[in-house]
Amino acid sequence: MGDNLYKERYSKRGMTEVRPMTAKVGVVPSADGSAIFETGKTKAIAVVRGPRTLHPQHMQNARTGILRVNYGMMPFSVEDRIRPGPNRRSEEISKVAEWALSSVVDLSGFPNTVVDVFIQIPQADAGTRVAGINAAAMALAHAGLPMKEMVSAIGVGKIDKTLVVDLDKYEDSLFHDGEGSTDIPVVMTSRGKEIALLQLDGKISFSEFREVVEMAKKACGDILKVQTRALHEVSGDRLQVTGGDDE
Amino acid sequence: MMSNYIMPNLQIEKIESYLNKEGKRLDGRKAEEYREIVVEDGVSVNSASAVRVKFGKTEVLCGVHLALATPYPDSKDEGTFMTSAELHPMASQQFDIGRPGIEAVELARVIDRGIRESGFIDFKGLCIREGEKVWQVFVDIVAINDDGNLLDVAGLAAIIALGRARMPVYNEAEDKVDEGFSDEGIPLKKDVLSFSMTFHKVGNTIVADVNQEEELISKFRLTIAVGDNNGEPRITAMQKGKAGTISVDDMETILKLAESKWKEMFGKIKEHVFS
Amino acid sequence: MDTKKRQLVVPGETIVSGNEFLPGEGAYRDGVEIVAGKFGIANIFEKHVRVVPVSGAYYPRRGNTIIATIVDITFNGWLMDFGGAQNAFLPVAEVPRFVNKNEMQEFLDFGETVIVKVWDVKSRGVDVSMKMRGFGKIEGGMIISVGANEVPRIIGKEGSMVKMIKGATGCDVTVGQNGKVWIHGRSTDDEVNAKKIVEFISENVTVNGLTEMVEGKIKEMGLSLRESGVGSRESEDIEIVAEDTDGGKQ
Repeated sequence: MGDNLYKERYSKRGMTEVRPMTAKVGVVPSADGSAIFETGKTKAIAVVRGPRTLHPQHMQNARTGILRVNYGMMPFSVEDRIRPGPNRRSEEISKVAEWALSSVVDLSGFPNTVVDVFIQIPQADAGTRVAGINAAAMALAHAGLPMKEMVSAIGVGKIDKTLVVDLDKYEDSLFHDGEGSTDIPVVMTSRGKEIALLQLDGKISFSEFREVVEMAKKACGDILKVQTRALHEVSGDRLQVTGGDDE
Repeated sequence: MMSNYIMPNLQIEKIESYLNKEGKRLDGRKAEEYREIVVEDGVSVNSASAVRVKFGKTEVLCGVHLALATPYPDSKDEGTFMTSAELHPMASQQFDIGRPGIEAVELARVIDRGIRESGFIDFKGLCIREGEKVWQVFVDIVAINDDGNLLDVAGLAAIIALGRARMPVYNEAEDKVDEGFSDEGIPLKKDVLSFSMTFHKVGNTIVADVNQEEELISKFRLTIAVGDNNGEPRITAMQKGKAGTISVDDMETILKLAESKWKEMFGKIKEHVFS
Repeated sequence: MDTKKRQLVVPGETIVSGNEFLPGEGAYRDGVEIVAGKFGIANIFEKHVRVVPVSGAYYPRRGNTIIATIVDITFNGWLMDFGGAQNAFLPVAEVPRFVNKNEMQEFLDFGETVIVKVWDVKSRGVDVSMKMRGFGKIEGGMIISVGANEVPRIIGKEGSMVKMIKGATGCDVTVGQNGKVWIHGRSTDDEVNAKKIVEFISENVTVNGLTEMVEGKIKEMGLSLRESGVGSRESEDIEIVAEDTDGGKQ
């Protein structure tokens, strides 16, 4: 056991401090719901289309509508160009994002239909799946679909021996000293505070992991405020607005 | 829904008769009038350039990327060039998920040819070591929202992204690309810049910069890329689309329109590309 | 008065607490709390809590009046697109006169547009009827699309907006609850003016003092604010198919 090599974040952020975040709803006029979510240099756009009749017919479900998520990074989003179209990474992320969002969206009122969620990343600095899910949750709400609650997403990580939230690319993939870096994307529901997505890739003790969940809960609370504020802005705050910000 | 969308008859009649009788369009424009063009920079700091271009509600993102490559055997001292387009279903209900549809392939090819054949990119200037190492230039187009005329919006986005792209730094000792970019632009022949204009026939009228409704009911389209030849417009690429045929009169109308539009717009386009 | 009457809520947010409240459309109960099950405006009316969406697609409801376009003709009726998840079906028995099976296309052809009433919403689709007065085929004019949630404001209180547009442009404006707006006037120039005003309202639905803004817009366009008389005989010329009643119960 050597000394902890990551005692201060190179960005000078606090260990539980998220990057500056902005969000906006209604960014794609032809969509039923849309949103952009930015954290630091990572940007995610989400678009919702539907419900509409699902084709081919044999894929339809007579009991409920189906949520389908399609995540992708734009070719110019990272320094090494990404070839357009799906790849193994984007297909896996699409699926785990689909599970996370399906846990709060209720499409039982729209049997035989599909709701498509498109997540696209124009600029990446780590945390693209969580930024994408934050945007997608806003876009689904904006589409007026029945949702039990919101979801918010955050990447928690361990860099050498230090736990931090909202890793950027340097922390996520360029830090190899000591125990290296561990990335743990977490999606949490806004009301039940339950976990809707969890992945982990690295090395971490059980007690540290328990701490990760607490850190994610706090960060997701901060993110929910950003999401809520953006949704309020779409309706121009013409009404007396309460809730969300002051809980 | 859009793919099998049936436009109300009354709407088709209205669009066509208003154009035929008064030369005007339902969004208030005249037949040859473009929508407001908006250009924004800084879509991604991770690429040589990435811009957002809007014509009204039609919006496209476009990025340029340079990578090291081996030259083709028949042009050992020239860089290479590739244009890709994603007409993602995020932009319109009529685009499918997965493999690029024929619309995306055609759009990318038309833009690719227009740029390649105009000589805008100085391919020899992209050579690092003859026969061994050259720069490969990628232009990647992503449609964000389709309200008609994606071809022209994407075409303009492509030349603006090229015009504003910065050269990466080649590390000769390690034979790799260093992080970050130089202040230098990529080698371009600025005086041969060309841009494309697509004209549609709606009703009996030739229309520029169609919106989605007009695009759906047009009989044919003709895309003309026009470049600068000592102050005079010169055609550098053409593509006719859709099943309708072009009469001699229609062709003359389009050519006149293309010339006058080019004269009207070229200065402004140039400013966008080289700002 | 029941506590906060109208508030914007996001899914999962507590609207009100108390066993006396009843969750309606877009809301659900979680213990003693009534929670938003949708993003929108929470309305509490006589202990009845519901959330009305402010954005998103159109979801048909029984009794809605919609504007739709024929996309297919079957042996026993017409299929029509109204901008929803599925097509609507108009059975041959639900048109005002007897139509022989072999003259269905003459009665309503592909691409023709109708104003119809939703009388059933099923999992497989929506059934509509054209039997009552005021429903039927429409001809001439133009159709524009707005958000279904903007419909009440485009119509205005007791049709005030629609009447203002009629006064300024002479056009009849018929607003379907599916967000399709039919504009019909003496000339296309008039219709384009009416369209501009409708789009202006659509872009500013959330703004306070919308009526004054629209008046300003009309003047700015060089049109006169000829009042066509609120609630006078003029109202007979104007088909009001949905009213600004978003405060009431469904």
